[in-house]
Amino acid sequence: MRLRLEARPEPSRAMLWLSPLLAALLAAAGGGVVFALLGYDPWAALGMLFLAPLSSLDGLTELGLKATPLLLCALGIAIGVRANVWNIGAEGQLTMGAIAGGGVALAFGGAGHWWVLPLMLLAGVAGGAAWGALPALLRTRFNAHEILTTLMLNYVAIQILGWLVHGPWIDPEGFNFPQTRMFEADALLPVLVEGSRLHAGFLLALLAVPLGWLLLARTVTGFRLRTVGQAPAAARYAGFSASGAVWFSLVLSGALAGLAGVSEAAGPVGQLQPSMSPGYGFAAIIVAFLGRLNPVGILFASLLMALLYLGGEQLQVSMQLPLAATGTIQGMLLFFLLATDVFIDQRLVLAEARHA
Amino acid sequence: MLDGFALLALLVATLRAATPLLLAGFGELVAERAGVLNLGVEGMMLVGAATGFIATAATGNPLLGLLAAALAGAAMALLFGLLTLTLRANQVACGLALTIFGIGLSALIGLPWQGTPITGLATVLWPGLDAASPLVQQFMLLDPVLWLALAAPLLVSAFLYRSRPGLVLRAVGESHDVAHALGYSVLRVRYAAVLFGGAMSGLGGAYLSLVYTPMWTENMVAGRGWIALALVVFSAWKPGWLALGALLFGFVTIAQFHAGALGLDISPHLLTMLPYLATVLVLVLISRDATRLKLNAPAALGKPFTATG
Amino acid sequence: MPQGATPLMHGQVLPPRLALTGIVKRYGAMLANDAVTLSVAPGEIHALLGENGAGKSTLMKIVYGVVAPDAGTIAWEGRPVAIPDPNAARALGIGMVFQHFSLFETLTVAENIALGLGTRQPLAALTAEIRRVAAQYGLAVEPGRHVHHLSVGERQRVEILRCLLQRPRLLILDEPTSVLTPQEAEGLFAMLRRLAEEGCSILYISHKLEEIRALCTAATVLRAGQVVARCDPRIETAESLAEMMIGGGLARTSRPPARWTGPPCLVVDGLTLAADEPFGTTLREVALELRAGEILGIAGVAGNGQKELLAALAGERRAPGARILLQGRPIGVLGPAERRDRGLHFIPEERLGRGAVAEYSLAENALLTRLNPTTAPRGLLDLRAVNALAARLITRFGVRCAGPAAQGRSLSGGNMQKFIVGREIDAGPRVLLAAHPTWGVDIGAALAIRQALLDLAAAGAGVLVVSEDLDELLEIADRIAVLSGGRLSPPVPVSQTSVEAIGLLMGGAEGVAHAVAA
Repeated sequence: MRLRLEARPEPSRAMLWLSPLLAALLAAAGGGVVFALLGYDPWAALGMLFLAPLSSLDGLTELGLKATPLLLCALGIAIGVRANVWNIGAEGQLTMGAIAGGGVALAFGGAGHWWVLPLMLLAGVAGGAAWGALPALLRTRFNAHEILTTLMLNYVAIQILGWLVHGPWIDPEGFNFPQTRMFEADALLPVLVEGSRLHAGFLLALLAVPLGWLLLARTVTGFRLRTVGQAPAAARYAGFSASGAVWFSLVLSGALAGLAGVSEAAGPVGQLQPSMSPGYGFAAIIVAFLGRLNPVGILFASLLMALLYLGGEQLQVSMQLPLAATGTIQGMLLFFLLATDVFIDQRLVLAEARHA
Repeated sequence: MLDGFALLALLVATLRAATPLLLAGFGELVAERAGVLNLGVEGMMLVGAATGFIATAATGNPLLGLLAAALAGAAMALLFGLLTLTLRANQVACGLALTIFGIGLSALIGLPWQGTPITGLATVLWPGLDAASPLVQQFMLLDPVLWLALAAPLLVSAFLYRSRPGLVLRAVGESHDVAHALGYSVLRVRYAAVLFGGAMSGLGGAYLSLVYTPMWTENMVAGRGWIALALVVFSAWKPGWLALGALLFGFVTIAQFHAGALGLDISPHLLTMLPYLATVLVLVLISRDATRLKLNAPAALGKPFTATG
Repeated sequence: MPQGATPLMHGQVLPPRLALTGIVKRYGAMLANDAVTLSVAPGEIHALLGENGAGKSTLMKIVYGVVAPDAGTIAWEGRPVAIPDPNAARALGIGMVFQHFSLFETLTVAENIALGLGTRQPLAALTAEIRRVAAQYGLAVEPGRHVHHLSVGERQRVEILRCLLQRPRLLILDEPTSVLTPQEAEGLFAMLRRLAEEGCSILYISHKLEEIRALCTAATVLRAGQVVARCDPRIETAESLAEMMIGGGLARTSRPPARWTGPPCLVVDGLTLAADEPFGTTLREVALELRAGEILGIAGVAGNGQKELLAALAGERRAPGARILLQGRPIGVLGPAERRDRGLHFIPEERLGRGAVAEYSLAENALLTRLNPTTAPRGLLDLRAVNALAARLITRFGVRCAGPAAQGRSLSGGNMQKFIVGREIDAGPRVLLAAHPTWGVDIGAALAIRQALLDLAAAGAGVLVVSEDLDELLEIADRIAVLSGGRLSPPVPVSQTSVEAIGLLMGGAEGVAHAVAA
């Protein structure tokens, strides 16, 4: 007798939502093993990673702060994946959003115009959308696959940012540090909780959740996108445009990532630096899958991932654990998730030996 | 101006820059010809680079380092195989997971070894050659792994087109259902191909940390895994074209270092973009003819296999 | 004397070549084979007869080692054997020609045969061997050619050659004539008879009754996984065989006595379209005229441009140079949704993945071709209206399912097809295109679908049916045209043509258009 996978007649709804929890537990257990192997007390480390950040108001606002870019990027990625469009370029689109919004801040900030901040946000959205439109053009016009082009454009965007902050946009009074001058007050997002760093971008991200849900579940556009992703031949038969889906999802996810980028620049960072994101654009891929490609699920998944970021920083400060440890746990999280997801459509059965 | 010797130096440098791409690219080519799309090349290269470096630093023997890197790459590929072949999970998502995991894991295990000096791979000096001569020094830069990488196109071609296991591998990549119906073990063939791909990626990564740089820094593969993947598409799954593509990219990588020497005053950031932009360009040029791609791509590429019955 | 045993001249009894006893195979709740017992004598051409889903293919996969039985025994020439995989089957001397060919498109004929043989013979020697056997049995095939260049008939020859090179003692053929013209089928039968004379047993799977009566010397009839009859088909009639197969009288569609045909509702002229897929067919100067109230049948062997023609008519592909008129108005530049809005609907060949989405509920599947101001006012889905539509389709067309929320993949092929056909008919089309509308569905559903098409035409719509099943076209169509090599022959009334004449056209016989009107 041995175990065998068998297709379920209907996908298990319980397993659909149980799987991320199971994966999180397994990843935590895996993290504990890693900590122990590195010679740290696994219980103390896990406690610091998952519980400590939640025990103070400060921690909670920081959680919202870190969840903001993750949520925005993941929503866009998820809408793309539902249309079978794989945007691995959120990191680059985020960077371009920060550059475009930051450019506006550097050009017009400081004079007290009310329109500076709205213009920055618009520029950020446009910058990200343009960086998403490029692979959409390459895919629809030249058939170049978006996984590779969006990924390559990440490196390009980061080099553009590097060139700007090392060269043309460098702070003249900054002792040659590769960064721009700090943005003026009129170019910064308002803070939501006094004394914290949580800014209005969090509200924009929260607003995007119901809108994303509405788009996917209740609109004709969303139905078309899902059909293109789920069954391309059926979409062709129905007359739903595949290149339309590519354009829509890449531009939309680029715009959301661009918003995340400008929110970082006009929020906690307050200037442009050589790197505007500790890998939010990549972690958002995990968030999208963890949230079941469903906007509501993604909200919770982004909070969990933010916790992992926060806890990782705490571990680095108080236990001198390398930040890479959280990267490892992130990777394990996605792995375990993909493994447990197998049991949504399949189940284990005991198989009799062949030719009994 | 470039004289003959400088040209030779440029050629040697190009070959060295192309070696990791050749190794990882041919590993992925074989995996894809068997019908498996493993987007985790970058992650496998990174883990290979870190493991190879650590093993070399710990044992002092770069050959052991290479062996460890190949095994580590294969171990990563095994993980991928378990998920995509045995559990039939989505290959694209699993490949991304493998890369994200590999970035974190390599950074974690490599951290204590950052800045450690190692002795790289030595070339055996042929008797009678003068080690002080600049020409011989150039020759000594051509190490055994590089020769292996240069032989890869021939070896892989011979395997794919002249051997029976190669025929079976191509058949499995063409249609797993037919191969299964004829009695071939699709999973066994695919596991072998994926593990080979992982080992080659590991070697490619180790070449970077043991020979090319030689040192370990976080995320040092810097997108070469993705470029290798793009090159496989560029080659239309043909060994000759893959070799050509890898050499071309080796040259582009080297050209950025020589731009300064040619008197061009361009920001290093803009030069660093070159290989990535070139990749996009190459993808655009090669993918334009959709029919050609469809005709050459292994028909079962990326599709999960379920044995019926 | 045990069944299937053959007396030799000197009185000795030879054991059956293959004897299956009590074979059981269960897939989930479905019993595909229920205690099947079957025996094939040496040199016998034995028919395995049954409807779609009766368990024929499962049983043959068990014999060929592709599927493991849950219970039962297999005896080969009197000895009990286990057949764990196809290699073991081949080692015993069993060869199989699959219904959907098991060939690798991008490999050569010789490479394909090498893979099927499992020998270590060098390709050069194998090529010579292929030529020799091909000549011996009159199977013209060039070993160096790539399979994707071959016609369907040639591919079948490659499959058969691959089996013959192993000197099989039992050859299994699964619906081999479904891809052949009537003339090609005659050639195949001659070859099979010769093989049988040489002592090779043949297991012939089919649901085509006339063909079995002409070829086979014994028959086992399966229904719902069980053996329901054994007979000598030569002394049975097609009706009696059909009764055994479906367990009751053969129902027929009722056809309105006199057919009214109106003005042309779909006119196509000068439709030339290059293949968009590597192994596709180019359409050349296709012209047709479909009249309101008629059913126009398009016959032809698969791969002769059927997919391309339907894609061009439905709007999935645009043919800029062609003139396509729907009720007098040009629609050539419109896409599928716009053509649908103007009354042109399409039932595609593939059900799950094209006509419907496996992972969608029936309600969402109904929406696929029925997005309109009722179901989606102002771009927002009205879920209540969508559910009501799905519920109406389910009741009106007798779709057996758990309701509008049931997933597409939970339906049987026949019920899914009834839902898709119903969805398009319910929309009230002026023109309906249907590709292989009854392919792979059970007889009951096929009957219902054919009747629905006849009723739609009777109500004044123009119906164009593309099918490889000539019998079906002869039953429901008013006129038949043949697609061959991307060219469409002029249509002729069904009453003025014959199977032979259509067969000649299917084979691509040029300049024999006049023969159709024989």
